[in-house]
Amino acid sequence: MIEGILIGLKTALSFQNLLMVMIGCFAGTIIGMLPGLGPMTAIALMIPITYGFEPATGLILMAGVYYGAVFGGSTSSILINAPGVPGTVATSFDGYPMAQQGKAGKALAIAAYSSFAGGTISAIFLLIAAPSLSKISLSFRSPDYFGLMILGLTAVAAFSSKGNFLKAMMMCVFGLMLASVGQDTLSDIPRFTFNNMNLSDGISFVLVVMATFAMSEALTIIIKGNDPSKAAKQISLTDLGSIKVNKEETKQMAATIPRSSILGFIIGVLPGAGATIASFLAYGMERNFVKNEEKEKFGKGSVQGLSAPETANNAACSGSFVPLLTLGIPGSGTTAVMLGALLGFGIQPGPRLYQTNPDIFWSVIMSMYIGMVVLLILNLPLIPYIARILAVPRTFLIPMILFFSVTGIYLMSFNNFDIFLMIGIAVVATILRLYDFPMPPLILAFVLGGLMEENLRRSLLISDGSWSFLWDRPLTVVIMLTILLIVGWQIYRSFFKKN
Amino acid sequence: MKINSVKIISLLFFVLSAFYLYTAHQIQVFAFDEGAPFNAKTFPIYLGYAGMFFSGLKIVLPDQKPVEVDPTYLEFKKTILLVLTMIVYGATILKVGFFLSTSLFLIFSYYFLGERRWKYILIFSFPFVAIFMYLLHGVLAVYLRDPLLKYLGIMG
Repeated sequence: MIEGILIGLKTALSFQNLLMVMIGCFAGTIIGMLPGLGPMTAIALMIPITYGFEPATGLILMAGVYYGAVFGGSTSSILINAPGVPGTVATSFDGYPMAQQGKAGKALAIAAYSSFAGGTISAIFLLIAAPSLSKISLSFRSPDYFGLMILGLTAVAAFSSKGNFLKAMMMCVFGLMLASVGQDTLSDIPRFTFNNMNLSDGISFVLVVMATFAMSEALTIIIKGNDPSKAAKQISLTDLGSIKVNKEETKQMAATIPRSSILGFIIGVLPGAGATIASFLAYGMERNFVKNEEKEKFGKGSVQGLSAPETANNAACSGSFVPLLTLGIPGSGTTAVMLGALLGFGIQPGPRLYQTNPDIFWSVIMSMYIGMVVLLILNLPLIPYIARILAVPRTFLIPMILFFSVTGIYLMSFNNFDIFLMIGIAVVATILRLYDFPMPPLILAFVLGGLMEENLRRSLLISDGSWSFLWDRPLTVVIMLTILLIVGWQIYRSFFKKN
Repeated sequence: MKINSVKIISLLFFVLSAFYLYTAHQIQVFAFDEGAPFNAKTFPIYLGYAGMFFSGLKIVLPDQKPVEVDPTYLEFKKTILLVLTMIVYGATILKVGFFLSTSLFLIFSYYFLGERRWKYILIFSFPFVAIFMYLLHGVLAVYLRDPLLKYLGIMG
């Protein structure tokens, strides 16, 4: 493991990769800060650029963007009470009241220190957990993988859909349908191409991500008439106050950070749970842990109320890399985008990544940590300047996002058809978003579609067409029972709650 | 059962799934693969059924959280204009070239979204695209197809 860490450090600390982490963190912070645009959009916008680099460099850039975007999301939560991502909603509960009290700088510093500490602790957990889980997951077979993928999809649909389980499942199926367009991987038989040559290679992953996130988010902002710059005027973005944290506040954070980190990491590892649930649970847990007089301060600018969700959401971000790197199964929309990018580089994440591409495996883990250090020492002092981005009017912001989206696809294919297809998917996604149909399950399903079909194919061929592979092995049985429990419970809830 | 927009979308998805299922059955597999436990149409067929199952449930079951979208508050005009501008941009980018079509797309988009400060509109269109192109093409060596600039002898 030590050797691996050193390989990772060597790769991550090369001049080019260090520069990429810095650029990624900086760009991620700016994009993540803009309300409505989260880490998925930030990473999606970066994918076409990363394809010009080595896989390790591209992934390092994306990891930097990821952490930067999460940090940026916290900034907009604290300064304008408009969380850039769902994972930072809980941050605004105490961050925004603190900013209203003229302590915006302090709130941002507490958020940054907590994120850093949460990220550091969970990176250590990741260092320990990832190789061990890689070894265990080598014993997993196709039926287990097939089951795990369905579990991932149902868990994401159940946990991330805010009570819209059926809508999320429809989006999962829609994502799988889009993934099935093009030639069958084994027999090369065209499927759903309608004799159109442009569809024979399937629909590009970047196209779907750009359309369902960057582009449809921009269109949703326009159609809903939300103007982020109007909200930005509530708190002065030029005078954020001191970023110094006193002894008493440090003491309070020191008690909160370890427990929130552990909770965040565990939640992050679970498929579908992710940063949003981690931050809310950590907020609730912290409220139960503190003394009664401190409890009263929650929601009014409590240091612990701000520190707990910030620590947990960053810890969950690292935790979510565990299933991606060790099983090759993403547990969240953001890691699904990362998986898509990895596949684009020709790398198949999974238990063997640890052995076949140790430089990539370890450099991604190490660059996450370096990214957090960069965020702390580079972004925090620059926040008063970066925050002014929030005042950029949407009249300039939206066309820029659309321009980057179209350019991304244009650079990849030089094909009009792809641009039109992207616009079409973006329009459909915008309508679906208006009616609360979640997009992360669609992306996760789109990325997993090929792998899922492959594992089902192997399982069915081994069992000679019998579905008994679902209950042949104890591990598969446990996975399938969990899936049935989640689906049954969610459908029951859909019916029972109303009646 | 109350009909609302979500039910209509679910119904459309049900129809789409049924069409998908029909098309999946039409996939031509090799003769020796026809009776195989798994062939090119197996997975799509299951997907078609799954789509019909979930959308069917959404249509039949009562809405847990009905979504109310008031169309009077939606900015249809701006959104449609922006989408049309994107379509024109997509149609012209290969023929007219990246520089001109992108600059014009940005100008029209800024204008349609209500921007009237021409100084900024012009700064964030032609010069911005030129810098972007230089960074991409000149610095990062990413190929950008631009017949117009090539004709004018500006780009190789």
